[in-house]
Amino acid sequence: MLLSILPQVLVDGLTLGFMYAVVALGYTMVYGILEFINFAHGEIFMVGAFVGTEVLLITDAIGALEGMNPYVALFMTLIITMILTGALGVGIERLAYRPLRGAPRLVPLISAIGVSFLLQDVVRFTEAIARNEFYLNTPVLFSGTVSVFGIATIPIKGLVVIILAIVLMIALTLFIGKTKWGIAMRAVALDPSTASLMTINVDKVIMLTFLIGSSLGGATGVLFAQNYGTIDPYIGFILGMKAFTAAVLGGIGNLRGAMVGGVLLGMLESLAGAYMGPLTNQAFGAEYKDVFAFSILILVLLFKPEGLFGEAVKEKV
Amino acid sequence: MANLVWKSFKGIPLYVTLIWIAVFSLLLHFLDKSVLSFLGILSSIVLLYFTNTSNKIKLAIGALVLIVIIPLVAGENRYYMEVASQVGIYVAMALGLNIVVGFAGLLDLGYVAFFAAGAYAYAIFSTSQANEFIAGNLFPLSGDWFWPFLIVGLIVAAIFGILLGLPVLRVKGDYLAIVTLGFGEIIRIVFNNLDKPINITNGPQGITPIPAPELFGIKMGTPFYFYFIVLFIIAFIVLANIRFEHSRLGRAWIAIREDELAAQSMGISLLNTKLAAFATGASFAGVVGVIFAAKQTFIDPTSFTLMESIGILVMVILGGSGSIPGVILGAAFVTLLQVQLLKEFSNFLHSLQQSGIINLPNQLDPSKFQRLVFGIMLIFVALYRPNGLIPAKRKTNDLGAIKSSPFSSGKLGILSKLSQSSSTKQS
Repeated sequence: MLLSILPQVLVDGLTLGFMYAVVALGYTMVYGILEFINFAHGEIFMVGAFVGTEVLLITDAIGALEGMNPYVALFMTLIITMILTGALGVGIERLAYRPLRGAPRLVPLISAIGVSFLLQDVVRFTEAIARNEFYLNTPVLFSGTVSVFGIATIPIKGLVVIILAIVLMIALTLFIGKTKWGIAMRAVALDPSTASLMTINVDKVIMLTFLIGSSLGGATGVLFAQNYGTIDPYIGFILGMKAFTAAVLGGIGNLRGAMVGGVLLGMLESLAGAYMGPLTNQAFGAEYKDVFAFSILILVLLFKPEGLFGEAVKEKV
Repeated sequence: MANLVWKSFKGIPLYVTLIWIAVFSLLLHFLDKSVLSFLGILSSIVLLYFTNTSNKIKLAIGALVLIVIIPLVAGENRYYMEVASQVGIYVAMALGLNIVVGFAGLLDLGYVAFFAAGAYAYAIFSTSQANEFIAGNLFPLSGDWFWPFLIVGLIVAAIFGILLGLPVLRVKGDYLAIVTLGFGEIIRIVFNNLDKPINITNGPQGITPIPAPELFGIKMGTPFYFYFIVLFIIAFIVLANIRFEHSRLGRAWIAIREDELAAQSMGISLLNTKLAAFATGASFAGVVGVIFAAKQTFIDPTSFTLMESIGILVMVILGGSGSIPGVILGAAFVTLLQVQLLKEFSNFLHSLQQSGIINLPNQLDPSKFQRLVFGIMLIFVALYRPNGLIPAKRKTNDLGAIKSSPFSSGKLGILSKLSQSSSTKQS
């Protein structure tokens, strides 16, 4: 019985893991350039989920969603959400982080925690005024399932999540690797002052980083809403923590690491959720799966702080 | 220009403070249920801090206000005493966190876990809950046990602090913040689920009824008594804070905060010093946790969420991390904002709503503004006042004073030995 659910557990873990991976990219990009944990990134993901849901709800309300091809609807939602959350990320950077560049390291972190709480309540207020409740049900665009080799079923929405996440990751890899701006980003990550001597506008690169990271986070929010149906203003915190764990697991600052770390963490969490209960005679069940994820974070930080793919950094005086 | 005015400002004259205290005590005495005059009395402590007089007089007046005047004029009013003791509880917690964040510079986002440890320690053993896993129907304990449990809570929380600190303190900076946050959540989830396989914490149902403290047969269950208990604990914690600040350990904490590598190369053991900070901060939270449990008579894991940790952090950062008067001010301000001002505002809006002037969705109730208010405060403090409302005073060792001291006739420290040995060689 335990083994028979394994394929399903892995498929669920894969869906979850790809979402972690895309959000983790946002953490890792910002960390790679600013060496700063953007605590509010999870909240940007949450805002993305709400923006996407609102776009769909409004489209539905004016009656346009009915006849629309679900893929077109999803594409439209993703584009609108990515533009808005990208702008939000840039705005946050401009107002709450840039003035603090060069301050002691804890100060921008405190500001980021503040932004995170602010966003949660702003979203809650907005929804409370607009809809009188802050739990939203997303119009689900895709129904039906696909069978994988006859041993597991994967809902089409899950498949969409996985494929879109892979597309986004490939696009990002190409952007960073091949374009002029991507090279500029890598240069700034390596050494900001030298990069600025090479006529790279560091401020613009940082803005671009926040733009890309936040739009990816927002896009994941849309995917999350599609996959789970219900959202609330507090989903960003836990998912953000997990995505951060994924980034650390893969080696923070390392893009490929974040992708692998995300998928790995999703798998592990799914496995833990499914098997911890039966293996311990229900003494420790699925309710401990968050504990499990946090424990991974702590263990990685203790024993392999550079992560799976990162380079160990020696501290210089 | 503004700076110049500030520098020429010597402090508030003593008589202004005294008149302030007198006016507001009388107001509170005659106008029952006047929130403003109650806040006026509490703020007289702040006024006192800036008053231009000697520290002894300040201390005496402060003690007079806290021990005599407030209980005298507000003592019969349960609500004010409740608010005052709640302020006290948060002041005490913030002072504990101040050691970790303010002195040692370790950003701890899971501080409430230690508070929970203390609260659960008292709650489990003072109710019949402990019978679930200890044989022999020894429990519940009576309220007399509250006093020894203050110590037990302190020790339990300190042990928690060391156990958590041992793995966690290997990472630093913003990583430490995330890891402590993770640990805080872990502890809460564990408390929430530890009703099986052995029922230790009774899970999400929480534990009740936790007995009120008892002394010589007097049940001290009203806010009036808790006010004094809290006051006593605060006095103890403030004293400990002051003593720590200028001790060898305290200076080691500050050295670590400023530069870990430099501190290490000066022979400070990083892990031990950080552990000491963690354990000390935790132990204060543990004591306060015991009081909290006895005051609420009911605890469950929802009292120990991340929001609480962030709230206490806001108090420390807003007041001025590392500054004892600042932290007290920050804690009092934030607590009053939460329990008093937002509530008043909320009641006001409700009355408007009832008279049909505005239509307010339930979600917009200002008493739920907590996150918004905390968020804005954190951002603004980080941007505009990173050292807080009352910044910590940096102790400046005056080189001139050292040179003119009687001990500096020759060379100082190791140099004096050098010159001695060289002079003996010459002779």
